[in-house]
Amino acid sequence: MAGIPHDHYEPKAAWEKSLSKRLPIVGLMYDTLMIPTPKNLNWMWIWGIVLTFVLVLQIVTGIVLVMHYTPHVDYAFSSVEHIMRNVNGGHMLRYIHMNGASLFFVAVYAHILRGLYYGSYKAPREITWIIGMLIYLLMMGTAFMGYVLPWGQMSFWGATVITGLFGAIPFVGDALQAWLLGGPAVDNATLNRFFSLHYLLPFVILGLVVVHIWAFHTTGNNNPTGVEVRRTSKEEAEKDTLPFWPYFVIKDLFALAVILAVFFAVVGFMPNYLGHPDNYIEADPLVTPSHIVPEWYFLPFYAILRAFDDTVWVVQIASFVTGGIIDAKFFGVLAMFGSIAVMALAPWLDTSSIRSARYRPMLKWWFWLFVVNFFVLMWVGAMPAEGIYPIIALIGSAYWFAYFLIILPLLGVIEKPLAQPDTIEDDFVAHYPKSSKDAAGGQAQATPAE
Amino acid sequence: MFRTLTLSAVAALGLATAGHAAGAYDTHIEDFDFSFEGPFGAYDQNQLQRGLQVYTEICSACHGLKFVPIRSLSEEGGPSMPEDQVRAYAEQFEVYDAADDDFRAARPSDYFPESGLETAPDLSLMAKARAGFHGPYGLGINQFFKGIGGPEYIASLLTGYTGEEKEEAGVTLYENKAFPGGWLSMAPPLYGEDVEYADGHENDLHHLSEDVAAFLMWTAEPKMMARKQAGFVGVVFLTLLSVLLYLTNKRLWAPVKGKETL
Repeated sequence: MAGIPHDHYEPKAAWEKSLSKRLPIVGLMYDTLMIPTPKNLNWMWIWGIVLTFVLVLQIVTGIVLVMHYTPHVDYAFSSVEHIMRNVNGGHMLRYIHMNGASLFFVAVYAHILRGLYYGSYKAPREITWIIGMLIYLLMMGTAFMGYVLPWGQMSFWGATVITGLFGAIPFVGDALQAWLLGGPAVDNATLNRFFSLHYLLPFVILGLVVVHIWAFHTTGNNNPTGVEVRRTSKEEAEKDTLPFWPYFVIKDLFALAVILAVFFAVVGFMPNYLGHPDNYIEADPLVTPSHIVPEWYFLPFYAILRAFDDTVWVVQIASFVTGGIIDAKFFGVLAMFGSIAVMALAPWLDTSSIRSARYRPMLKWWFWLFVVNFFVLMWVGAMPAEGIYPIIALIGSAYWFAYFLIILPLLGVIEKPLAQPDTIEDDFVAHYPKSSKDAAGGQAQATPAE
Repeated sequence: MFRTLTLSAVAALGLATAGHAAGAYDTHIEDFDFSFEGPFGAYDQNQLQRGLQVYTEICSACHGLKFVPIRSLSEEGGPSMPEDQVRAYAEQFEVYDAADDDFRAARPSDYFPESGLETAPDLSLMAKARAGFHGPYGLGINQFFKGIGGPEYIASLLTGYTGEEKEEAGVTLYENKAFPGGWLSMAPPLYGEDVEYADGHENDLHHLSEDVAAFLMWTAEPKMMARKQAGFVGVVFLTLLSVLLYLTNKRLWAPVKGKETL
């Protein structure tokens, strides 16, 4: 796999040969698990395993929760309380599932930012990136619909606001919104279809995760230098890489255990910290909460959505040019989805021939500003849209788009990159001088556990 | 968690205007010192029983606890009352039984009655449905250190009446320092010494409010003790696992990195 020369599975015993001829499943598992992995991967390469684990955790806890949940406007809220009070271990299951969503997004944001910093989206890994973006979009949809299921005040009004976004689309908006909701307003039909989709989409995500892994196993992992593994000979490849098992499996499991320890502290000691108190009030279509806020992981995009009101000149121009078809509300919706679309287009917007920001002295600064900006947007997304906040949100949104549409294309032209190491091995030896070139290469050959 | 991590430098930007965004009325929430705060905090069984008494004699006149099964009064990690006491307690409520199409005395397997007064909200989850603490500047730092502040909000509301009244559209409103907006339609329910505790515990307004707020935290989160226990065990075992995996990883990579093995 990965075009990187390495040992393949050889069936030895008669039954192995027989099975291999009929179903090469052992060979597939062997190649997947023993894939040559750049040995200089740092701690930002652990999030994939964390994400895979959390996906399984959410599916397993979710399936058990479904056994006790009732998707009906009259019973949903009390069935969640039934889970919290009467189901054995139900309170832990629900709190794990609830906070599991937050862990999922912590991990996915770290994973995406790692990709942006080290240029993991660049050729030949564009398909991995695009599939990753699809997974991220589905994750957001799944999380949103899951948040509606407890049928609290924020569930109901969050659903009303977000589905209202589709109503902002010119001409077809109202029909589309009614189709999504199953009626003129958020009601039992909405709850039922959201429940159905909240159960379905995780399995779609699971399928895409398989394709995501398949894609990067075909191209090979990126690494902190952005320099490709040498594929010229098996000897050279082995100097750049180590097999995934056991080196990276153990490393990733260690990171996972540390993260889960923190996760369990949150679940055990402050399970409602990341939630909103209003969601412990049963949904009431007649009472609007004073301040409707989405969960923290949507806040940056919520800030972008709200940033473009009709006082912004870009919005006024768009409205004038299109004869009012694009109004402020629709512009906000376009900006929100556009912010993810430009991120998905990063492989084609970035013109630099260098992958890793480690060797891109200018990008480095812009990147960290992007990270700070992300948190600023998250913060203003939670604040009321008054005073100075809309201005901060507008500046933050502008920078988000500028990063992808101006900075990435421009830097590739004007930036003078630093010298990259010739090989991954050189980078590794620079970090660990005692691992002489021969020792490191020789070790990799000697140790694969079979 | 991320809310908390949001850069404080950025917060400085908002300093000028953020303070007055919340509204005209500055509410005051007192930070009561509850026994169940922090990772190792536990419910005080006696306090929960006292709070139940306040709830039963005062609050239940208008409010309900429709999500709370009466039997849970005898469960571990709660008021832990003996089962015969719970059975006797249940009998004071009348419930409608669909099977007989008639009312009968409640049994422990029944739930607490719903609110008797239409405008009185159900109190089952009130301690989780309100936040006493906010900010600063929307960063959630106060909630990280002090807790979300639901029970503090309830206790502060009960002690927060100023004695001022006004009438609006035929409804009498009472001024309260803890209530957002400052005026609410609930008359002061407690004045102090409204309830006589069997154990002779102090029954001034402050103590009554604290006790009933603690009780309502339990009705909102009856499995808190079990949850903290599970969380603690989880953290300990995962920390142990982390140490073992750290050592395994170090040993595994040592030859690759040219380091001495252990």
